[in-house]
Amino acid sequence: MYSPHTAADREAMLRAIGAASLNELVAQIPADLRADGFDWPTALAAPELLAHARALAAKNRPLACFAGGGARDRFVPAAVKALTQRGEFLTAYTPYQAEASQGTLQAIYEFQSSVCALYGMDAANASLYDGATALAEAVGAAARIAGRKKILLPESLHPEWRVVLATYFAAKGEPTLETVPCPTGRLEPDELARRLDETVAAVVVATPNFFGLLEDGAGIAALAHAHGALVVAVADPVSLGLLEAPGVWGADFAVGEGQGLGNALNYGGPYLGLFACKKAHVRHVPGRICGMTADADGKRGFVLTLQAREQHIRRERAASNVCSNEALCALAATIHLALLGPAGLREVAELSVDKAHRLAAKLGAVPGFRLRFAGPFFDEFALECPVPAERVRNALLKDGILAGIPLGGYDPAWKNVLLVGATEQRTDEEIDRYAAALGRLAR
Amino acid sequence: MYDEKNCRFAKSHEWAFAEGDVATVGISDYAQKEISDIVFVELPKAGAQVEQGKPCAVIESVKAAADFFAPVSGEVVAVNDAIVDNPALVNQSAHGEGWFFKIKMSKPAELEALMDFAAYQSTAAH
Amino acid sequence: MNLLEKLSIEKSVPGRRGVRFAQPAQPAAAWLPETALRKTPPRLPEMSEFDVVRHYTRLSRLNYCLDTHLYPLGSCTMKYNPRANEEIAALDGFAATHPGAPDAAAQGTLEVLWRLERMLCALTGLAAFTLQPAAGAHGEFTGILIAAAYHRSRRDRRRTEILVADSSHGTNPASAVLGGFAVKTVASRPDGRLDLDALKTALGPQTAMVMLTVPNTLGLFERQIREIADAAHAAGALLYMDGANFNALMGLAKPADFGVDILHLNLHKSFSTPHGGGGPGSGPVGVTAALEKFLPVPRVAEKNGRFTLRTKIRGSIGRMRSWAGNVGVALKAYAYLRAHDAATLRSIAENAILNANYVRAQLRDLFPPAVDEPCLHECVLRTEPEKLNGIKTLDVAKRLLDAGFYAPTIYFPLIVHEALMVEPTETESKETLDAFVAALRAIHAEALADPDRVRAAPHELPVRRLDELAAARNPNVAW
Repeated sequence: MYSPHTAADREAMLRAIGAASLNELVAQIPADLRADGFDWPTALAAPELLAHARALAAKNRPLACFAGGGARDRFVPAAVKALTQRGEFLTAYTPYQAEASQGTLQAIYEFQSSVCALYGMDAANASLYDGATALAEAVGAAARIAGRKKILLPESLHPEWRVVLATYFAAKGEPTLETVPCPTGRLEPDELARRLDETVAAVVVATPNFFGLLEDGAGIAALAHAHGALVVAVADPVSLGLLEAPGVWGADFAVGEGQGLGNALNYGGPYLGLFACKKAHVRHVPGRICGMTADADGKRGFVLTLQAREQHIRRERAASNVCSNEALCALAATIHLALLGPAGLREVAELSVDKAHRLAAKLGAVPGFRLRFAGPFFDEFALECPVPAERVRNALLKDGILAGIPLGGYDPAWKNVLLVGATEQRTDEEIDRYAAALGRLAR
Repeated sequence: MYDEKNCRFAKSHEWAFAEGDVATVGISDYAQKEISDIVFVELPKAGAQVEQGKPCAVIESVKAAADFFAPVSGEVVAVNDAIVDNPALVNQSAHGEGWFFKIKMSKPAELEALMDFAAYQSTAAH
Repeated sequence: MNLLEKLSIEKSVPGRRGVRFAQPAQPAAAWLPETALRKTPPRLPEMSEFDVVRHYTRLSRLNYCLDTHLYPLGSCTMKYNPRANEEIAALDGFAATHPGAPDAAAQGTLEVLWRLERMLCALTGLAAFTLQPAAGAHGEFTGILIAAAYHRSRRDRRRTEILVADSSHGTNPASAVLGGFAVKTVASRPDGRLDLDALKTALGPQTAMVMLTVPNTLGLFERQIREIADAAHAAGALLYMDGANFNALMGLAKPADFGVDILHLNLHKSFSTPHGGGGPGSGPVGVTAALEKFLPVPRVAEKNGRFTLRTKIRGSIGRMRSWAGNVGVALKAYAYLRAHDAATLRSIAENAILNANYVRAQLRDLFPPAVDEPCLHECVLRTEPEKLNGIKTLDVAKRLLDAGFYAPTIYFPLIVHEALMVEPTETESKETLDAFVAALRAIHAEALADPDRVRAAPHELPVRRLDELAAARNPNVAW
């Protein structure tokens, strides 16, 4: 289909090889192991293929998105899409040959630097699959560094991420995971203190957490460090346009879901795992890392570095099996952050906070509905409904609204809880429409 | 300097130099040449127990990683932080400033299972 | 310092903006406690939109890429990335759908995922697929967790070991260890195939799984794959196939017929989705019917033309990441497959095999193949420094950059001394391959006549050889 060969090309090439036919070459695969047929649809010509795809895309419903949970409908400037679609970035491979890959490498260095700036850290990698897998890698690294086995995970961490960690470590049996209940929606120091001892390798704390609430990062870090445990922070990078950086309040590792920086929702992927840490832990960072150096003439350049950590060298002795990154998503984030700058990122964060709070006030005023938790929140909040949240979400579809994520699927105790968020993308009209629709539902 | 002629050697290229019940350990000059430019050394912590023949430290070059196997068993009583800060010392002086750590030997007789310099030289060449 | 291109932060001018937003009705201080706010803004560049466009356009021009250069990286399958697939994946209906949307609002995406899974089943002969793994290594890890769950379900706790070939990708043993297994390496024979006798000796009641790359990393078919599968199964172990090199089998053979129990494919290799400078990829995992229940959630189900996402399945290993997978990548692979019928699918593999053998045949006198017989999708050649004034594979690779070609994979597989692993793929023309062959032959001649010129390469690129030692000794990874 995409092969350029003519019959004449093929003949000339077979002659050069000394083979009588293509079949002779294919016969390297023994005949009894070759397939005689496939159940396969007819090919679609280019115009039909596009029409087919458009018809499928039209089966998805456009909705005003008030859902979050680690995937956010954020504004992506046109320049991000235009630049990331350039063939020089799009169709390059991992920059193994540094001299022919300085564009990708410098962009990775700028990405790592931007991530460090946001999180207040010294080192970052070239990205991981998504926020959840970045957390799994950070937790594994923390356990190795601490030489201890137990990880404390607050209930206020994304429940899907907790399942990912459990999946990652179940077969090996370590590190072990212990969930800290969060009845107030936040990781309470008392609950944490009761569980901290000399077996705890790390405490994970998300702020803003899964329910959108701000945690006392500094207090939790001080408590954890007093027991010799490391602190792994989870934070939405957009929130860090406004909120104090985890590296400043005491985190040793920081991870986050970077989709909201220049990447589309895409029904869950590809997303962008952000991973950063303090300098002392740089040799425990998984995946690709780009470093600055100089060439034989002293000219500045960039290379993949600290490779002796990686699986292609260490094989079964490697601490991580990661052998790629989400390079194009990381590039989008880098360009996005360069376009926004510190002021633009702060504006996006402030707009999201403001809209989420005005929305929360309106929804909380609808009879029967209230905010589940007290305390300051960022741009998401847990809405307690008088009926199962899934019914509320389904009912509002006809108003063109994705009202949020019903949490009953994660925990039956949260059956009536809807996780609602707003971003800079939501208009006053949409907020009003949401509140009005909820009001009609309440009657 | 730990004169290599007075050191005992493991097949895996570590050396040990005993003074009383404490042995200073490192990697041989042959090994540092094979690994070439060392960029990172990870040492055990003082107080750690190490066991003869078991990996207890890591040596990295740009494109390789090698385990350091304890040449004798015992407790680590001192580590050479200088090579952590400047791993090139191992290349410059494998039997001098490039020593790795000191072990208070729990089984000094293990030294006898190691090779002397002449025997090591004849095996390392192959 | 002499610079190639300033960093974005070095081009930053205080007060510049690339994009502006409306002002909020109330500032953050109205809603958030003062103590939670950061004291200093993050040190990000301040640039105009035009500054940003020019900066990254200039950076892009420092790259070689598939669109501009042959990129013959062995085991990476750098084939043309059709632009129709990009257009399709970017359609708003797909790209703007939130992963938390109810099934009723995401029928289009769910249908694509379901259809793609069925097509991968048809291609491999396996019963079920998950599209959740984000990369090949992630797929391997998924497969290893499935194997662990399978043996656990049979209460067989003795199976603590995984066997890998010495020619395998490094991710195989690394993934096995992450899954809690010990790794034992099985040697290859001089003809590049796994040593069946050595495998049989290594197999036992402790063996959980055998991991094999087919075709292997030498570009050769494991002719005894059925015997290998039978031996593994007789010992109670599973057979895993690393499908990184599936391009050679596309439309020609179904791994289920070999006796494979679990495999991963790389949508970013065999199925034409772009590599993006290192990702995003996608590493779907396929399994036999007996192992289907262990696949990670969520899974797509179909009933009467309605599609649902199932998140609660008894026996599932859990979740390998958040949400359903790299859906944007899956969309591109689906579009690629729908552009082919059964005959053109087969021609993908045939032309890939033709191209690899064409290169091998014309270089084998100067760069001897590791195993001198016809290959499948790639050929592994060797540089002979002892005959070339000490010129090594690395030098040849760097000189190839000067000639306008990206370098092949080098020094892999580890069992081949001075390896040059060439995978041209089916989308390269005869003219391009002729030019590549001519360039390598010219480098060989130059190595004999003027080895210092080769040793100092590259000469024509934006930078000369970079000091990797300094980078590793004193890491500078952020501004």
